[in-house]
Amino acid sequence: MASLSTQDAAGWEHFPHGADIGVRGFGPSKEAAFEQAALALSAALTDPETIAPRSPVKIACHAPDDELLLTEWLNALIYEMATRKMLFARFKVQIREHALAGEAGGEPIDRGRHAPAAEAKGATFTALKVAQEGGRWVAQCVIDV
Amino acid sequence: MDLNRFTRLSDYAWRIEPSGDMRVPAVIYGSEDLIRDMDEKVGEQAVNVATLPGIVSASYVMPDGHWGYGFPIGGVAAFDAEAGGVICAGGVGFDISCGVRTLVTGVAAAEIAGVRAKLADALYAHIPVGLGKTGEITLSDREMDEMLARGARWAVSQGYGSKADLERIEDHGQAENARPDCVSAHAKNRQRSEVGTLGSGNHYLEVQEVEEIYDAASAAAFGLVKGEAVVSIHCGSRGLGHQIGTEYLRDMAVAAAAYGIKLPDRELACAPIRSSLGERYLGAMRAAINCALANRQIIAQLARGVFAGIVPDARLDLLFDVSHNTCKAETHRVDGQTRELFVHRKGATRAFGPGHPSLPEGFKPIGQPVLIGGSMGTASYVLAGTKESEAAAFSSACHGAGRAMSRHQALRQWRGRQLVDELAARGVEIRSPSLRGVAEEAPGAYKDVSAVVDASDHAGLARKVARLRPMVCIKG
Repeated sequence: MASLSTQDAAGWEHFPHGADIGVRGFGPSKEAAFEQAALALSAALTDPETIAPRSPVKIACHAPDDELLLTEWLNALIYEMATRKMLFARFKVQIREHALAGEAGGEPIDRGRHAPAAEAKGATFTALKVAQEGGRWVAQCVIDV
Repeated sequence: MDLNRFTRLSDYAWRIEPSGDMRVPAVIYGSEDLIRDMDEKVGEQAVNVATLPGIVSASYVMPDGHWGYGFPIGGVAAFDAEAGGVICAGGVGFDISCGVRTLVTGVAAAEIAGVRAKLADALYAHIPVGLGKTGEITLSDREMDEMLARGARWAVSQGYGSKADLERIEDHGQAENARPDCVSAHAKNRQRSEVGTLGSGNHYLEVQEVEEIYDAASAAAFGLVKGEAVVSIHCGSRGLGHQIGTEYLRDMAVAAAAYGIKLPDRELACAPIRSSLGERYLGAMRAAINCALANRQIIAQLARGVFAGIVPDARLDLLFDVSHNTCKAETHRVDGQTRELFVHRKGATRAFGPGHPSLPEGFKPIGQPVLIGGSMGTASYVLAGTKESEAAAFSSACHGAGRAMSRHQALRQWRGRQLVDELAARGVEIRSPSLRGVAEEAPGAYKDVSAVVDASDHAGLARKVARLRPMVCIKG
């Protein structure tokens, strides 16, 4: 499963893992790659097109390096999904000095409409990478589902 | 995996000799076919585990081994705290104390077959399953801490089941020395509305038929009768365990260098058992074990309520409840010496042999029941622990089939609706909130559970007692 917007070269895809699922976001900036990785996380659970980004939720996290910051960001989203019983489809991220200020737009889970295929347990350090490759930023890791 | 890297110990045991930073060998159990089909990463991860401080004897992998997080899934490793041994959050996993419990009904499967669809609908209506589904109870802060300290004992005190159940649960239903104060507010928040929920992914509640008996005496001791129905529940510590795993994995990754631990893989983040962080993780992990034990106790009681209305003759007596994602302090004989060890089992089942003092009296001549979950549409197995399993892998056995292909690949290969219809035609009623989830969990996406169980039996890890065939599967 993948989504690629040629207009801004930002997109996401899933990559295989033995038991679980890899999420990869890419884009012209680190922030865009983080936003797309979050969208890939949502797509691991349901079709993001079915999620209306009505209610924004603020998220702030920090970590000693970019890679741990990615897992902190995705784990913060997993926590918000679990405790608010929401799914998210629109993301905004700002990163300064390994501190992330973000926003996730979504709506309460509608089990009939969203038919979630799985729930995310946590973002792992497996295949964890945040790097510039071929002129674009890539942010990826495996999600335990 | 390439078989050339192994020393063949027997038809079902293969060793990677120590090299580089490895402190002990890696030993992988399985038939030649199972080993060949394993991803190369299983071997890499088993080797990485063998480099950790304080590891004893070997880094083991069960026949259902596959690529995990730092530890392979199916990984077993024991550490000696007095020899600088470590506790590893990745060696337990995110779903702390995920496990299986099986209940015997005393009713013929043929009797249930007539009400199979009605039973499936009622179980699906009453057992909270899948993302976004909340449990019937919400705990206050005080109740949460009591649940985390007392596990299934707490659930029984709240009216979920009876004291007789507790004798049939590992550690008598309660992990000792749990530290609810080491569990974050985030973890407790995540659990608040998830108490008594099944979850999703490969978690399920199944009604099964005892299809084959391999060991009549052991089956009789376990209450298993050919042709009768049983109920099996596979789930874990839900959001609380996931959050504890997430938080302590990060804390251990950041702190490892300060403890002088060289990590071959960040996912192997660990801390000395005798350190503040190690002790806090142990306390929190034991609280998560109690959460899982309480959770399975509550779900079992919900299932009893459903059966009472539809199959009133069914008893649903607990056969046993055993976890397969844990680290436990245990006493083992190693090279003729008795040692206190911290045994990590990540996707591996404890399998104490006959005579072990922790077993219920009725099971002492037989060995501990080892419950092996299948996947929708495939068999599950009941095994029994063996004497020789202690020397083979600190009394451990496999935990399930193990995935043969990723969710990604499964989604390309199967359609959920088609699977549900095909399984219904074979007499298996599936109920799930998500057809995509059903496709991702397609039986064909898993290894052949029978081959995994046969390898465990041949390797002496546990011996086959009975095979179970699914009739109803409630899937998250």
